[in-house]
Amino acid sequence: MMKFRFRRQGTDPQREKIKQELFAFNKTVEHGFPHQPSALAFDPKLQLMAIGTKSGAIKIYGAPGVEFTGLHKDTTAVTQIHFLPGQGRLLSLLDDNTIHLWELVVGLHREVGGTKKEGGVCLKQVDSYTLPGRPGIESCSATRMTVLLLLKSCDLLCIGTEGGGVYFLELPRLVLKENQTLLQDQVTQSLPDDYRCGKSLGPVESLQEHPQQPGKILIGYSRGLVVLWDLGARHADQLFLGKQQLESLVWERSGSLFVSSHNDGGYAVWPVTSGNTYTHQPASSTIPYGPFPCKAINKILWRTSQTGSPVLLYSGGMPRASYGDRHCLSIQQDKEHVTLDFTSRVIDFFTIHNMEPDKEFDDPSALVVLLEEELVVIDLQTPGWPTLPTPYLAPLHSSAITCSFHISSVPPKLWERLINAGRAQRSRQQTHMSWPICGGKNLAPQPKQQELLLTGHEDGTVRFWDASGVALTPLYKLGTANVFHTDCDEPHDSSNDQDMQQEEEWPPFRKVGCFDPYSDDPRLGIQKISLCKYSNKLVVAGTAGQVIVLAFNDEPSDHSVDMSVVDLLQDREGFTWKGHDRLEPRLKPAPFPPGFQPQVLVQCLPPASVTAVALHTEWNLIAFGTSHGFGLFDYHRRNTVLARCTLHPNDSLAMEGPLSRVKSLKKSLRQSFRRIRKSRVSGKKRAINTPTSKVQEANAALAEQEEVAPVQRRIEPRSADDSLSGVVRCLCFADTFLRDGTHHGPTLWAGTNSGSVYAYALEVPGVGSGRVCERGGASESSTCVEALLGKEIQLMHRAPVVSISVLDGRGKPLPDPYEASQDLAIAPDMTNAHSVLIASEEQLKVFSLPKVSAKTKFKLTAHEGCRVRRVALVLFSSAAQEDYSEHALVCLTNLGDMHLFTIPGLRPQVRYDCIRKEDISGIASCVFTKNGQGFYLISPSEYERFSLSAKILTEPLCSVQLDRPLEPTATCDGPTTQPQANGTHRRMTGQAEGRTEESPSSLSSPIPETPLDSPLSCADLTLDTTGELTVEDVRDFLTTVDEVENNLRNMKEEEGRSAGILIN
Amino acid sequence: NHKPRRSSQNSFGGFKEFYQILQTIHHIHGDDVLLEYADVHGDLLPINNDENFHKAVSLANPVLRIIITKKGERGESTAYCTNSLQRRRKGLGLPGLRPAGSSTTLSKNKSGIMIGPPQDFRQISSIIDVDILPETHRRVRLHKNGSNKPLGFYIRDGVSVRVTPQGVEKVPGVFISRLVRSGIAESTGLLAVNDEILEVNGIDVAGKSLDQVTAMMVANSHNLIVTVKPVNQRNNIAPRGSKNSMGHSGSVGSGGSIGSALSHDSPSPASQSNPITASLKLPGSSSTIKQLETSLTLEKKKLNLDKSFFFLK
Repeated sequence: MMKFRFRRQGTDPQREKIKQELFAFNKTVEHGFPHQPSALAFDPKLQLMAIGTKSGAIKIYGAPGVEFTGLHKDTTAVTQIHFLPGQGRLLSLLDDNTIHLWELVVGLHREVGGTKKEGGVCLKQVDSYTLPGRPGIESCSATRMTVLLLLKSCDLLCIGTEGGGVYFLELPRLVLKENQTLLQDQVTQSLPDDYRCGKSLGPVESLQEHPQQPGKILIGYSRGLVVLWDLGARHADQLFLGKQQLESLVWERSGSLFVSSHNDGGYAVWPVTSGNTYTHQPASSTIPYGPFPCKAINKILWRTSQTGSPVLLYSGGMPRASYGDRHCLSIQQDKEHVTLDFTSRVIDFFTIHNMEPDKEFDDPSALVVLLEEELVVIDLQTPGWPTLPTPYLAPLHSSAITCSFHISSVPPKLWERLINAGRAQRSRQQTHMSWPICGGKNLAPQPKQQELLLTGHEDGTVRFWDASGVALTPLYKLGTANVFHTDCDEPHDSSNDQDMQQEEEWPPFRKVGCFDPYSDDPRLGIQKISLCKYSNKLVVAGTAGQVIVLAFNDEPSDHSVDMSVVDLLQDREGFTWKGHDRLEPRLKPAPFPPGFQPQVLVQCLPPASVTAVALHTEWNLIAFGTSHGFGLFDYHRRNTVLARCTLHPNDSLAMEGPLSRVKSLKKSLRQSFRRIRKSRVSGKKRAINTPTSKVQEANAALAEQEEVAPVQRRIEPRSADDSLSGVVRCLCFADTFLRDGTHHGPTLWAGTNSGSVYAYALEVPGVGSGRVCERGGASESSTCVEALLGKEIQLMHRAPVVSISVLDGRGKPLPDPYEASQDLAIAPDMTNAHSVLIASEEQLKVFSLPKVSAKTKFKLTAHEGCRVRRVALVLFSSAAQEDYSEHALVCLTNLGDMHLFTIPGLRPQVRYDCIRKEDISGIASCVFTKNGQGFYLISPSEYERFSLSAKILTEPLCSVQLDRPLEPTATCDGPTTQPQANGTHRRMTGQAEGRTEESPSSLSSPIPETPLDSPLSCADLTLDTTGELTVEDVRDFLTTVDEVENNLRNMKEEEGRSAGILIN
Repeated sequence: NHKPRRSSQNSFGGFKEFYQILQTIHHIHGDDVLLEYADVHGDLLPINNDENFHKAVSLANPVLRIIITKKGERGESTAYCTNSLQRRRKGLGLPGLRPAGSSTTLSKNKSGIMIGPPQDFRQISSIIDVDILPETHRRVRLHKNGSNKPLGFYIRDGVSVRVTPQGVEKVPGVFISRLVRSGIAESTGLLAVNDEILEVNGIDVAGKSLDQVTAMMVANSHNLIVTVKPVNQRNNIAPRGSKNSMGHSGSVGSGGSIGSALSHDSPSPASQSNPITASLKLPGSSSTIKQLETSLTLEKKKLNLDKSFFFLK
């Protein structure tokens, strides 16, 4: 028996096997829009689109669900991407002047939890190339690559450089054809003297292959000269002596003319007629937004169409003075002219058009614009050029994400209604075009269940996303701003006028895209969300203390929203709220579209940000907490059941509100982000790395090092009057035993920042009526919910309470409301004693109920120095055994690692590194699903999806039909670490074993292990004998009998109570 | 001889009066008895003047439990330390305690300054595990229990120099950066600015960030044990005799076995304790700087042992 007690965990091979079948860590897919995109490419043959980012990632998208990710070794910005059409290969040009060749290969079969998984296609880098510097020339800028051109034959890559030379690389071997190199001198020789005037031609700005005659390329130099170069004959066929600084070139399909765009905001059409060596003037030259000075047209496309006039698409060219700060792309055909006005910078764009050589016209069907913050697709076939909703790459951050909530296995009925409501929202802008980028085949099995991800945003909206598969698709958007009077109400009805104005306005702007980072009123921000998927009730709570209960309705409705005010200060003297005002509710009935419609608005006073919310739909109760206290509201009877102030008398910070000192850090962070954003927007086309800037950089780094003052940390136990100690961190409803061991009933639990836990016994009419009768029928007549303070627990270490959950007699978490009563889950064990799991930032602890005596604990911080940030109870299913599953406690720490514990034993199982510890917002944004997956923000616009379960994974699994054979190549050996698209990730390292070795096997073991030789173990012993397990101060308000006469420990408690600390 | 009492007096008086009442009730006239009670922290405290009698009465709710002990039987060997009551109950007792009763009077006579016997002090820190640690290290335990004083120290990042087989190596380390005046850390004299922190409650801090070490210390702040490499190595205990065990510890005079890995939950023998908060030497213990370093640091309890008053409830 003793042997059993002392046997350390992790040595049991049986258990190790089970652990391997249950747990496995994988980062599976990234949802949302890539952060800081910097390059775009399209493969018309395979119908695949590639996006490169500033962190060196390449992401390929095809049909929804088809996704490939590659990450360069260096986190250097990808400046250009070029597909080798049909081959499943692509070339990327990085900011460090290197070319990389990537290939789609069949991935290795991966072993997960003992079972082999079918490997899909993945993206792999196969080769890279750096252009050698020219001998004798010191500066590397001469061979800095500016443009790449891949010939249609796919065997030659032309490279234009800063120095004006054009180099040729053989593909796919990436070998320089030395003798082919075309230096600027060769071109200058053939120039007329008056054009030459001794100046250099400048960098190569554009390279374009002749659409009809292979082997001829158009070379455009910055100074304005355009040369039609014959590769075979190695001489200039024609010279176009442009005088305006060149930005880009594009051929017309027939090759009879080309268009050049310039930095003065104009474009010129040049005819190409053979036999004419010099062309001095273009056929036509236009400055579309002139006559006042305009900004450059960065890129221009000219697409012919069957209907007659060509479609002209160009970015930029706006009048410098009046609209120089706009990010615009113009579409022009005949008289039709639209200036698409985006909220973020245009990175690149392309059209999807007819590429078959035997067709006479381009007939563009869609325009794809990559912006800094979103992807916009315009349907060019439907009159009016409407926007096409994207099935993926949705800008999650259209307004900053403030919170998220996940719901697993959504009932089909709710799912259908949500989709309908979402469809109704989008009906205005309906196009019938299907998604044009549809390459590849999604092999991932159809998700067994529907999953919803809800994101709350700064502008008061809640977005519903389909998170069932690889592509995160928007379903439905809920706005809460219309519950209140806001400044933006007024211009609402003037939308018709705006249309009128737009017609007269020049340029003809049209707002496109949904990225809008600036919130009208920060108080509208959503802080907490809770949804009951069975009763379709939703609770959202916001920054100004507003808690809104919504119900789903398929019909539009005009109604006013009931409002209740709950004063959480409870007449505490001496507090004045210095923060923001509450939002002014709209008193008149307002129209609400189909979907979730607000029913009740509960306003907390003071209107501080809501920090916790809980919903129990069976009891019709919501609980909400702020930095001042918590309240309980019966939304069925519309009355406040309870308001409890948790404020410490000395806490002055709590009254200042989120917009003052507390949030000042966040505010300043936001400001600096905006500054970065701004500087990015105004960034140059190409950053030039001059030696001087490098010196400056080094100097700055040095200065920074000197400035760093040694950081000090104070070592002091937490005290009761620390600031913001009253913040309510978590709330939880449970049907459990609080009064005594035989009668269970509704309870409410609340935990605060200072380690206090309050437990209330609730009297809900119609619930647990048997017990009510037993108690003498006193409450039979009562028709409203009552709350009675049952217990107050003060955790001795006073660390913030992160989560509270009640475990049933088998040690399993209690099911959600309606799950048990409707036979949707196994009924909880109400025959054996329940326990409550309280997770603080420092410790995990299980207490028995109803006596609240400590059963087990795990002191995470004392051992690891990390703090608990997020906690969830998760059901893990075995990958090997069909019917085996286990509940585990998942715990994310401030160091970004995941710890898994058994419940209720709290034995550590596995630890995985997940998020970089510097990524505070990533750690703060993490949400877990109920079956072992999770999401966290890797950038403001992207969720990383990860899985801790060996069985349940949502990852891209897809195939692509290529021109070349796609065999499992030998190049694909070595450890297949899943590439991380965001280059800043930490490599994931599973540490399934070893970790558990060092943790004490049983903290409550009365006989400590005492290897006398080791100094460490003896100190471990001191850890365990502090007797802290019993020191928690538990005050019981329901037990009246003093059963503890001669027990000295209880004597101490009595005296502690008499010391005069509170009680109602 | 322990007589736990539930006294429910409702008249107020002074200590003398109360003492007489007790003697009457228990028919112990003529016997010299010690009165003790347990305070809210579970500490066993004496009642021997009006002031601490009042304190006891004011804290007593609903009843004041008094332990009456015959003087001389066990009496004055008691050290009124933190958790002394529990310890006594646990039977962890006070073996090898040397009665110091007579010394109290002696010192009173000699110096004229009244200072209580060592057993009336509360332990606030101790050096532990002297026999198993390298002599350049020191393991200090700070007792926060019941004290209003702050722990009172700050830590910082720094660079530590280690001697490895490959030569001298610079590794990141955590150091004490500041001591708060009259905080526990400063008043013990066992920690100093620029001491390197090696372990916190037995867990090696190597490879841990400053924030991690801070979190670990805060999490253990109620019973903090830090192993430091003191910046000033001058006052180290030189290995005495041949081997490490006895010589390292402060058990020079008594030959007792404090500092063994097992016994650090029991208070160290009073004979080895020197209150370094006062610069007085207690008779009966030859205080050397080494003993100061290695033994206990005590803080005088606010007991006001030598004033007299009256009251009762």
